[in-house]
Amino acid sequence: MSDWIKACNTTDIEPEDVIRFDHGDLTFCIYRTGDDKFFATDGICTHAKVHLADGFVMDNLIECPKHNGRFDFTTGKAKGAPVCVDLKTYPVKTENGAVFIQI
Amino acid sequence: MSATISKRDYSLVGKDSKYAEEQGLASAQWYACPISRKRLKELMQRKDGPAIRDTLVWFALLGIFGWLGWHFWGTWWCVPAFIVYGVLYCSCSDSRWHECGHRTPFKTTWMNDVVYEMASFMVLRESTPWRWSHTRHHTDTIIVGRDPEIAVPRPPDMPGILLAFFSLKSGPKEYKKVLLHCFGKLTAEETTYIPDSEVKKVFRTARVWGLIYAATIAWAISIHSILPLMLIGLPSFYGAWLLVIFGLTQHAGLAEDVLDHRLNCRTVYMNPVFRFVYWNMNYHVEHHMFPMVPYHALPALHAELKNDMPKPYANLFAAYREIIPAIFRQVKDPAYFVKRELPATVKPISIPVPEPQPTT
Repeated sequence: MSDWIKACNTTDIEPEDVIRFDHGDLTFCIYRTGDDKFFATDGICTHAKVHLADGFVMDNLIECPKHNGRFDFTTGKAKGAPVCVDLKTYPVKTENGAVFIQI
Repeated sequence: MSATISKRDYSLVGKDSKYAEEQGLASAQWYACPISRKRLKELMQRKDGPAIRDTLVWFALLGIFGWLGWHFWGTWWCVPAFIVYGVLYCSCSDSRWHECGHRTPFKTTWMNDVVYEMASFMVLRESTPWRWSHTRHHTDTIIVGRDPEIAVPRPPDMPGILLAFFSLKSGPKEYKKVLLHCFGKLTAEETTYIPDSEVKKVFRTARVWGLIYAATIAWAISIHSILPLMLIGLPSFYGAWLLVIFGLTQHAGLAEDVLDHRLNCRTVYMNPVFRFVYWNMNYHVEHHMFPMVPYHALPALHAELKNDMPKPYANLFAAYREIIPAIFRQVKDPAYFVKRELPATVKPISIPVPEPQPTT
Protein backbone atom coordinates (compact mmCIF):
# COMPACT_ATOMS: atom_id res chain seq x y z
CA MET A 1 0.00 0.00 0.00
CA SER A 2 1.44 3.37 -1.03
CA ASP A 3 1.70 6.12 1.56
CA TRP A 4 0.78 9.76 1.32
CA ILE A 5 3.75 11.77 2.53
CA LYS A 6 3.71 15.46 3.33
CA ALA A 7 6.24 17.09 1.01
CA CYS A 8 5.87 20.79 1.78
CA ASN A 9 3.41 23.60 2.29
CA THR A 10 1.74 25.07 -0.77
CA THR A 11 3.34 28.42 0.00
CA ASP A 12 6.83 26.92 -0.03
CA ILE A 13 6.76 26.92 -3.83
CA GLU A 14 6.50 30.05 -5.96
CA PRO A 15 3.98 29.91 -8.81
CA GLU A 16 5.58 28.36 -11.91
CA ASP A 17 8.48 26.92 -9.94
CA VAL A 18 9.83 23.74 -8.42
CA ILE A 19 11.41 22.64 -5.16
CA ARG A 20 13.33 19.57 -4.11
CA PHE A 21 11.88 17.13 -1.58
CA ASP A 22 14.01 14.33 -0.10
CA HIS A 23 12.44 11.37 1.65
CA GLY A 24 14.75 8.65 2.94
CA ASP A 25 17.02 7.70 0.06
CA LEU A 26 14.64 9.15 -2.50
CA THR A 27 14.57 12.60 -4.00
CA PHE A 28 11.59 14.23 -5.70
CA CYS A 29 10.56 17.43 -7.42
CA ILE A 30 7.36 19.19 -6.38
CA TYR A 31 6.00 21.63 -8.95
CA ARG A 32 3.52 24.46 -8.74
CA THR A 33 2.05 25.73 -12.00
CA GLY A 34 1.07 29.30 -12.76
CA ASP A 35 -2.56 28.42 -12.02
CA ASP A 36 -1.75 26.81 -8.64
CA LYS A 37 -1.81 23.13 -9.57
CA PHE A 38 0.72 20.83 -7.95
CA PHE A 39 2.64 17.90 -9.45
CA ALA A 40 5.44 15.57 -8.38
CA THR A 41 8.12 13.64 -10.25
CA ASP A 42 11.36 11.88 -9.54
CA GLY A 43 14.00 14.44 -8.62
CA ILE A 44 16.86 13.27 -10.84
CA CYS A 45 16.99 13.71 -14.61
CA THR A 46 16.75 10.42 -16.51
CA HIS A 47 19.63 11.50 -18.75
CA ALA A 48 22.31 12.47 -16.20
CA LYS A 49 22.69 12.61 -12.45
CA VAL A 50 21.34 16.11 -12.05
CA HIS A 51 18.72 17.45 -9.64
CA LEU A 52 15.90 18.85 -11.72
CA ALA A 53 14.88 21.15 -8.87
CA ASP A 54 17.72 23.45 -9.95
CA GLY A 55 16.10 23.68 -13.37
CA PHE A 56 13.67 26.03 -15.03
CA VAL A 57 9.87 25.69 -15.08
CA MET A 58 8.18 26.99 -18.21
CA ASP A 59 4.45 26.27 -18.56
CA ASN A 60 4.20 22.49 -17.95
CA LEU A 61 7.87 21.84 -18.71
CA ILE A 62 10.84 21.36 -16.43
CA GLU A 63 14.19 22.02 -18.07
CA CYS A 64 17.26 20.26 -16.72
CA PRO A 65 19.88 22.75 -15.47
CA LYS A 66 22.81 20.87 -16.98
CA HIS A 67 21.86 19.89 -20.54
CA ASN A 68 18.55 21.67 -21.16
CA GLY A 69 16.64 18.40 -21.53
CA ARG A 70 12.91 18.92 -21.02
CA PHE A 71 10.11 16.90 -19.46
CA ASP A 72 6.40 17.56 -19.23
CA PHE A 73 6.14 17.30 -15.45
CA THR A 74 2.38 16.72 -15.60
CA THR A 75 2.91 13.43 -17.48
CA GLY A 76 6.64 12.76 -17.07
CA LYS A 77 7.01 12.63 -20.87
CA ALA A 78 10.52 13.32 -22.18
CA LYS A 79 10.30 16.14 -24.73
CA GLY A 80 13.32 15.48 -26.92
CA ALA A 81 17.10 15.16 -26.87
CA PRO A 82 19.11 14.91 -24.76
CA VAL A 83 16.41 13.28 -22.64
CA CYS A 84 14.94 10.11 -24.12
CA VAL A 85 13.54 8.29 -21.05
CA ASP A 86 10.35 9.53 -19.37
CA LEU A 87 10.34 10.78 -15.79
CA LYS A 88 8.33 8.93 -13.15
CA THR A 89 5.39 10.95 -11.80
CA TYR A 90 3.55 10.62 -8.48
CA PRO A 91 -0.01 11.42 -7.40
CA VAL A 92 -0.32 14.68 -5.50
CA LYS A 93 -3.02 16.15 -3.27
CA THR A 94 -3.26 19.32 -1.21
CA GLU A 95 -4.97 19.50 2.20
CA ASN A 96 -5.06 22.42 4.59
CA GLY A 97 -2.24 24.23 2.82
CA ALA A 98 0.03 21.19 2.65
CA VAL A 99 1.21 19.22 -0.40
CA PHE A 100 1.19 15.41 -0.12
CA ILE A 101 2.65 12.96 -2.62
CA GLN A 102 1.85 9.27 -2.84
CA ILE A 103 5.03 7.21 -2.88
CA MET B 1 51.56 26.31 -14.34
CA SER B 2 53.47 23.20 -15.28
CA ALA B 3 53.81 19.70 -13.89
CA THR B 4 55.38 16.51 -15.13
CA ILE B 5 52.76 14.48 -16.94
CA SER B 6 52.84 11.99 -19.75
CA LYS B 7 51.13 12.45 -23.08
CA ARG B 8 47.37 12.31 -22.67
CA ASP B 9 44.96 10.17 -24.67
CA TYR B 10 42.12 12.43 -25.83
CA SER B 11 40.12 9.62 -27.40
CA LEU B 12 36.79 8.83 -25.72
CA VAL B 13 37.54 5.13 -25.77
CA GLY B 14 41.15 5.25 -24.57
CA LYS B 15 43.11 5.02 -21.32
CA ASP B 16 42.38 8.52 -20.10
CA SER B 17 38.67 7.92 -20.44
CA LYS B 18 38.94 5.14 -17.88
CA TYR B 19 41.26 7.27 -15.76
CA ALA B 20 38.72 10.13 -15.67
CA GLU B 21 36.04 7.74 -14.45
CA GLU B 22 38.35 6.31 -11.77
CA GLN B 23 39.22 9.80 -10.53
CA GLY B 24 35.58 10.85 -10.25
CA LEU B 25 35.95 13.42 -13.02
CA ALA B 26 33.22 11.94 -15.21
CA SER B 27 29.68 13.29 -14.74
CA ALA B 28 30.90 15.06 -11.62
CA GLN B 29 29.49 17.89 -9.52
CA TRP B 30 30.76 21.30 -10.72
CA TYR B 31 31.21 24.55 -8.89
CA ALA B 32 28.44 27.13 -9.34
CA CYS B 33 28.70 30.77 -8.30
CA PRO B 34 26.12 31.81 -5.75
CA ILE B 35 23.03 33.50 -7.20
CA SER B 36 19.54 33.72 -5.75
CA ARG B 37 16.88 31.47 -7.21
CA LYS B 38 14.67 34.51 -7.77
CA ARG B 39 17.29 36.33 -9.87
CA LEU B 40 18.25 33.20 -11.79
CA LYS B 41 14.59 32.61 -12.64
CA GLU B 42 14.39 36.14 -14.02
CA LEU B 43 17.46 35.57 -16.16
CA MET B 44 16.26 32.19 -17.42
CA GLN B 45 13.01 33.60 -18.85
CA ARG B 46 12.63 32.82 -22.55
CA LYS B 47 11.54 35.29 -25.22
CA ASP B 48 11.06 34.96 -28.96
CA GLY B 49 11.60 38.65 -29.73
CA PRO B 50 15.41 39.08 -29.55
CA ALA B 51 16.18 35.87 -31.43
CA ILE B 52 13.56 36.56 -34.16
CA ARG B 53 15.02 40.04 -34.62
CA ASP B 54 18.59 38.74 -34.79
CA THR B 55 17.64 35.88 -37.12
CA LEU B 56 15.82 38.18 -39.53
CA VAL B 57 18.83 40.52 -39.59
CA TRP B 58 21.11 37.53 -40.16
CA PHE B 59 19.04 36.14 -43.04
CA ALA B 60 18.71 39.61 -44.59
CA LEU B 61 22.49 40.11 -44.47
CA LEU B 62 23.05 36.63 -45.93
CA GLY B 63 20.66 37.49 -48.77
CA ILE B 64 22.27 40.86 -49.46
CA PHE B 65 25.87 39.64 -49.46
CA GLY B 66 25.00 36.44 -51.33
CA TRP B 67 23.33 38.54 -54.01
CA LEU B 68 26.31 40.91 -54.16
CA GLY B 69 28.67 37.93 -54.57
CA TRP B 70 26.48 36.55 -57.34
CA HIS B 71 26.07 39.94 -59.03
CA PHE B 72 29.79 40.78 -59.00
CA TRP B 73 30.95 37.24 -59.84
CA GLY B 74 33.85 37.45 -62.26
CA THR B 75 35.07 40.79 -60.85
CA TRP B 76 37.22 41.54 -57.82
CA TRP B 77 34.17 43.06 -56.11
CA CYS B 78 32.83 39.59 -55.47
CA VAL B 79 35.78 38.93 -53.11
CA PRO B 80 34.73 41.24 -50.24
CA ALA B 81 31.11 40.20 -50.78
CA PHE B 82 31.95 36.51 -50.37
CA ILE B 83 34.27 37.21 -47.41
CA VAL B 84 31.33 38.74 -45.55
CA TYR B 85 28.89 36.13 -46.89
CA GLY B 86 31.21 33.33 -45.72
CA VAL B 87 31.44 34.76 -42.21
CA LEU B 88 27.67 35.14 -42.03
CA TYR B 89 27.14 31.65 -43.44
CA CYS B 90 29.65 29.71 -41.36
CA SER B 91 30.95 31.73 -38.41
CA CYS B 92 27.53 33.16 -37.53
CA SER B 93 26.09 29.66 -37.81
CA ASP B 94 28.51 28.42 -35.18
CA SER B 95 26.86 30.48 -32.46
CA ARG B 96 23.32 29.84 -33.78
CA TRP B 97 24.07 26.12 -33.86
CA HIS B 98 25.36 26.33 -30.31
CA GLU B 99 22.59 28.39 -28.78
CA CYS B 100 19.71 26.69 -30.56
CA GLY B 101 21.24 23.33 -29.61
CA HIS B 102 20.53 24.37 -26.03
CA ARG B 103 17.00 25.44 -27.14
CA THR B 104 17.28 28.70 -25.23
CA PRO B 105 17.32 31.61 -27.76
CA PHE B 106 13.65 31.29 -28.75
CA LYS B 107 10.80 30.58 -26.37
CA THR B 108 9.10 28.60 -29.15
CA THR B 109 10.71 25.18 -29.38
CA TRP B 110 10.25 24.62 -33.13
CA MET B 111 12.02 27.90 -33.88
CA ASN B 112 15.06 26.69 -31.95
CA ASP B 113 14.97 23.38 -33.81
CA VAL B 114 14.58 24.90 -37.31
CA VAL B 115 17.47 27.35 -36.80
CA TYR B 116 19.53 24.56 -35.23
CA GLU B 117 19.12 22.31 -38.29
CA MET B 118 19.93 25.14 -40.72
CA ALA B 119 22.94 26.33 -38.73
CA SER B 120 24.22 22.75 -38.34
CA PHE B 121 24.26 22.36 -42.12
CA MET B 122 25.96 25.70 -42.70
CA VAL B 123 28.66 25.23 -40.06
CA LEU B 124 29.14 21.64 -41.22
CA ARG B 125 28.26 19.83 -38.01
CA GLU B 126 25.73 17.05 -38.30
CA SER B 127 22.87 18.06 -36.07
CA THR B 128 22.24 14.92 -34.04
CA PRO B 129 25.84 13.68 -33.44
CA TRP B 130 26.92 17.17 -32.52
CA ARG B 131 23.97 17.67 -30.18
CA TRP B 132 25.14 14.64 -28.23
CA SER B 133 28.79 15.60 -28.52
CA HIS B 134 27.96 19.01 -27.08
CA THR B 135 25.91 17.43 -24.31
CA ARG B 136 29.01 15.50 -23.30
CA HIS B 137 31.08 18.70 -23.55
CA HIS B 138 28.78 20.24 -20.94
CA THR B 139 28.86 17.17 -18.71
CA ASP B 140 32.64 16.82 -18.76
CA THR B 141 34.04 20.14 -19.92
CA ILE B 142 37.75 19.74 -20.85
CA ILE B 143 37.99 16.43 -19.00
CA VAL B 144 40.53 14.42 -21.00
CA GLY B 145 39.09 11.20 -22.39
CA ARG B 146 35.52 12.39 -21.82
CA ASP B 147 35.05 15.69 -23.65
CA PRO B 148 34.82 15.22 -27.46
CA GLU B 149 35.13 18.97 -28.08
CA ILE B 150 38.58 19.80 -26.73
CA ALA B 151 39.75 22.19 -29.46
CA VAL B 152 43.43 22.26 -28.53
CA PRO B 153 44.66 18.95 -27.10
CA ARG B 154 48.17 19.01 -25.67
CA PRO B 155 50.68 19.14 -27.21
CA PRO B 156 48.89 21.47 -29.63
CA ASP B 157 48.82 20.46 -33.27
CA MET B 158 49.98 23.75 -34.79
CA PRO B 159 49.40 22.83 -38.46
CA GLY B 160 45.99 21.50 -37.41
CA ILE B 161 45.10 24.80 -35.73
CA LEU B 162 46.08 26.72 -38.88
CA LEU B 163 44.05 24.35 -41.07
CA ALA B 164 41.06 24.88 -38.76
CA PHE B 165 40.79 28.50 -39.91
CA PHE B 166 39.38 27.13 -43.16
CA SER B 167 37.95 23.84 -41.79
CA LEU B 168 40.54 21.96 -43.82
CA LYS B 169 41.06 19.37 -41.11
CA SER B 170 37.61 19.02 -39.58
CA GLY B 171 35.68 19.53 -42.85
CA PRO B 172 36.92 16.46 -44.73
CA LYS B 173 36.51 14.39 -41.53
CA GLU B 174 32.93 15.59 -41.23
CA TYR B 175 32.19 14.72 -44.85
CA LYS B 176 33.56 11.21 -44.25
CA LYS B 177 31.16 10.87 -41.31
CA VAL B 178 28.25 12.18 -43.39
CA LEU B 179 29.06 9.55 -46.00
CA LEU B 180 29.35 6.86 -43.32
CA HIS B 181 25.98 7.90 -41.87
CA CYS B 182 24.40 7.91 -45.34
CA PHE B 183 25.33 4.22 -45.45
CA GLY B 184 23.81 3.62 -42.01
CA LYS B 185 26.95 3.35 -39.85
CA LEU B 186 28.38 5.20 -36.81
CA THR B 187 32.01 5.61 -35.70
CA ALA B 188 33.19 3.78 -32.55
CA GLU B 189 33.36 7.06 -30.61
CA GLU B 190 29.87 8.11 -31.68
CA THR B 191 28.46 4.92 -30.21
CA THR B 192 29.69 6.12 -26.78
CA TYR B 193 27.50 9.23 -26.73
CA ILE B 194 24.67 8.82 -29.25
CA PRO B 195 21.80 6.78 -27.79
CA ASP B 196 20.21 4.05 -29.91
CA SER B 197 16.94 5.95 -30.08
CA GLU B 198 18.66 8.81 -31.96
CA VAL B 199 20.59 6.77 -34.51
CA LYS B 200 17.89 6.72 -37.22
CA LYS B 201 17.72 10.50 -37.05
CA VAL B 202 21.49 10.67 -37.68
CA PHE B 203 21.18 8.58 -40.84
CA ARG B 204 18.09 10.46 -42.08
CA THR B 205 19.72 13.89 -41.70
CA ALA B 206 22.94 12.73 -43.39
CA ARG B 207 20.89 11.58 -46.40
CA VAL B 208 19.11 14.96 -46.59
CA TRP B 209 22.51 16.67 -46.55
CA GLY B 210 23.69 14.32 -49.29
CA LEU B 211 20.72 15.33 -51.45
CA ILE B 212 21.39 19.05 -50.89
CA TYR B 213 25.05 18.67 -51.87
CA ALA B 214 24.16 16.53 -54.87
CA ALA B 215 21.62 19.12 -56.06
CA THR B 216 24.13 21.96 -55.63
CA ILE B 217 26.85 20.10 -57.51
CA ALA B 218 24.37 19.26 -60.28
CA TRP B 219 23.43 22.94 -60.49
CA ALA B 220 27.12 23.92 -60.70
CA ILE B 221 27.75 21.37 -63.46
CA SER B 222 24.70 22.46 -65.39
CA ILE B 223 25.83 26.11 -65.51
CA HIS B 224 29.56 25.26 -65.83
CA SER B 225 30.44 27.39 -62.77
CA ILE B 226 31.40 26.89 -59.13
CA LEU B 227 29.20 29.84 -58.20
CA PRO B 228 26.43 27.67 -56.68
CA LEU B 229 29.04 26.03 -54.46
CA MET B 230 30.28 29.47 -53.41
CA LEU B 231 26.79 30.01 -51.99
CA ILE B 232 26.13 26.51 -50.61
CA GLY B 233 28.87 24.22 -49.33
CA LEU B 234 32.15 26.08 -49.77
CA PRO B 235 31.28 28.89 -47.30
CA SER B 236 31.58 26.23 -44.57
CA PHE B 237 35.28 26.34 -45.38
CA TYR B 238 36.15 29.88 -46.52
CA GLY B 239 33.91 31.46 -43.86
CA ALA B 240 35.19 29.51 -40.83
CA TRP B 241 38.09 31.75 -39.84
CA LEU B 242 36.18 34.06 -37.48
CA LEU B 243 34.54 31.09 -35.80
CA VAL B 244 38.01 29.78 -34.95
CA ILE B 245 39.23 33.16 -33.71
CA PHE B 246 36.24 33.38 -31.37
CA GLY B 247 36.15 29.69 -30.50
CA LEU B 248 39.75 29.39 -29.38
CA THR B 249 39.11 31.95 -26.66
CA GLN B 250 36.67 29.58 -24.95
CA HIS B 251 39.11 27.09 -23.44
CA ALA B 252 42.50 27.05 -25.24
CA GLY B 253 45.51 26.97 -22.95
CA LEU B 254 43.46 26.62 -19.76
CA ALA B 255 43.38 23.81 -17.22
CA GLU B 256 42.23 20.27 -17.99
CA ASP B 257 40.55 17.96 -15.49
CA VAL B 258 39.14 20.59 -13.17
CA LEU B 259 35.55 20.79 -11.94
CA ASP B 260 35.26 24.56 -12.00
CA HIS B 261 34.34 26.40 -15.19
CA ARG B 262 36.10 29.51 -13.89
CA LEU B 263 39.37 27.63 -14.38
CA ASN B 264 38.77 26.15 -17.83
CA CYS B 265 36.65 28.77 -19.63
CA ARG B 266 37.19 32.40 -20.57
CA THR B 267 34.85 35.36 -20.54
CA VAL B 268 36.07 37.94 -23.05
CA TYR B 269 34.48 41.34 -23.58
CA MET B 270 33.59 42.00 -27.23
CA ASN B 271 32.13 44.85 -29.28
CA PRO B 272 28.45 44.76 -30.34
CA VAL B 273 29.20 43.54 -33.89
CA PHE B 274 31.23 40.60 -32.62
CA ARG B 275 28.59 39.88 -29.98
CA PHE B 276 25.94 39.76 -32.74
CA VAL B 277 28.03 37.28 -34.71
CA TYR B 278 28.89 35.28 -31.59
CA TRP B 279 25.51 35.64 -29.87
CA ASN B 280 27.19 36.52 -26.55
CA MET B 281 29.12 33.26 -26.35
CA ASN B 282 32.04 35.41 -25.23
CA TYR B 283 30.41 35.11 -21.77
CA HIS B 284 31.57 31.55 -21.78
CA VAL B 285 32.14 30.90 -18.09
CA GLU B 286 28.62 32.08 -17.38
CA HIS B 287 27.17 29.95 -20.19
CA HIS B 288 28.83 26.78 -18.95
CA MET B 289 27.84 27.41 -15.36
CA PHE B 290 24.20 28.23 -16.14
CA PRO B 291 23.35 26.90 -19.62
CA MET B 292 19.65 27.61 -19.07
CA VAL B 293 20.22 31.35 -19.38
CA PRO B 294 19.52 32.51 -22.97
CA TYR B 295 22.18 34.42 -24.91
CA HIS B 296 20.39 37.76 -24.58
CA ALA B 297 20.54 37.55 -20.75
CA LEU B 298 24.20 36.54 -20.49
CA PRO B 299 25.51 40.11 -20.03
CA ALA B 300 23.12 40.50 -17.08
CA LEU B 301 24.18 37.12 -15.68
CA HIS B 302 27.80 38.22 -16.01
CA ALA B 303 27.01 41.34 -13.96
CA GLU B 304 25.54 39.14 -11.22
CA LEU B 305 28.46 36.72 -11.06
CA LYS B 306 31.55 38.74 -11.90
CA ASN B 307 32.61 39.28 -8.29
CA ASP B 308 33.01 35.52 -7.93
CA MET B 309 34.79 35.13 -11.27
CA PRO B 310 38.34 35.59 -12.48
CA LYS B 311 38.87 38.97 -14.13
CA PRO B 312 37.36 38.92 -17.64
CA TYR B 313 39.55 39.68 -20.65
CA ALA B 314 39.16 43.26 -21.87
CA ASN B 315 38.98 42.26 -25.54
CA LEU B 316 40.10 39.61 -28.06
CA PHE B 317 43.59 41.08 -28.15
CA ALA B 318 43.96 40.63 -24.39
CA ALA B 319 42.78 37.03 -24.65
CA TYR B 320 45.20 36.22 -27.47
CA ARG B 321 48.10 37.82 -25.60
CA GLU B 322 47.60 34.90 -23.23
CA ILE B 323 46.47 32.17 -25.63
CA ILE B 324 49.18 32.37 -28.29
CA PRO B 325 52.18 32.15 -25.92
CA ALA B 326 50.41 29.42 -23.94
CA ILE B 327 49.83 27.29 -27.03
CA PHE B 328 53.41 27.73 -28.23
CA ARG B 329 54.68 26.78 -24.78
CA GLN B 330 52.43 23.70 -24.67
CA VAL B 331 54.05 22.43 -27.88
CA LYS B 332 57.29 21.97 -25.90
CA ASP B 333 55.75 21.50 -22.47
CA PRO B 334 52.33 19.77 -22.72
CA ALA B 335 51.93 19.96 -18.95
CA TYR B 336 51.81 23.76 -19.01
CA PHE B 337 48.50 25.56 -18.68
CA VAL B 338 47.26 29.01 -17.74
CA LYS B 339 46.06 29.08 -14.16
CA ARG B 340 43.21 31.54 -13.75
CA GLU B 341 43.26 33.63 -10.59
CA LEU B 342 40.08 33.18 -8.58
CA PRO B 343 38.75 35.84 -6.23
CA ALA B 344 39.25 34.98 -2.58
CA THR B 345 35.55 34.27 -2.10
CA VAL B 346 34.64 30.66 -2.66
CA LYS B 347 37.11 27.91 -3.33
CA PRO B 348 36.68 25.70 -6.40
CA ILE B 349 35.58 22.12 -5.87
CA SER B 350 38.80 20.77 -7.30
CA ILE B 351 42.16 21.94 -8.54
CA PRO B 352 44.10 20.51 -11.49
CA VAL B 353 44.93 16.88 -10.94
CA PRO B 354 48.68 16.64 -10.23
CA GLU B 355 48.91 12.84 -10.08
CA PRO B 356 50.80 10.91 -12.77
CA GLN B 357 48.67 10.31 -15.83
CA PRO B 358 48.33 7.14 -17.89
CA THR B 359 51.28 6.71 -20.20
CA THR B 360 51.02 6.09 -23.92
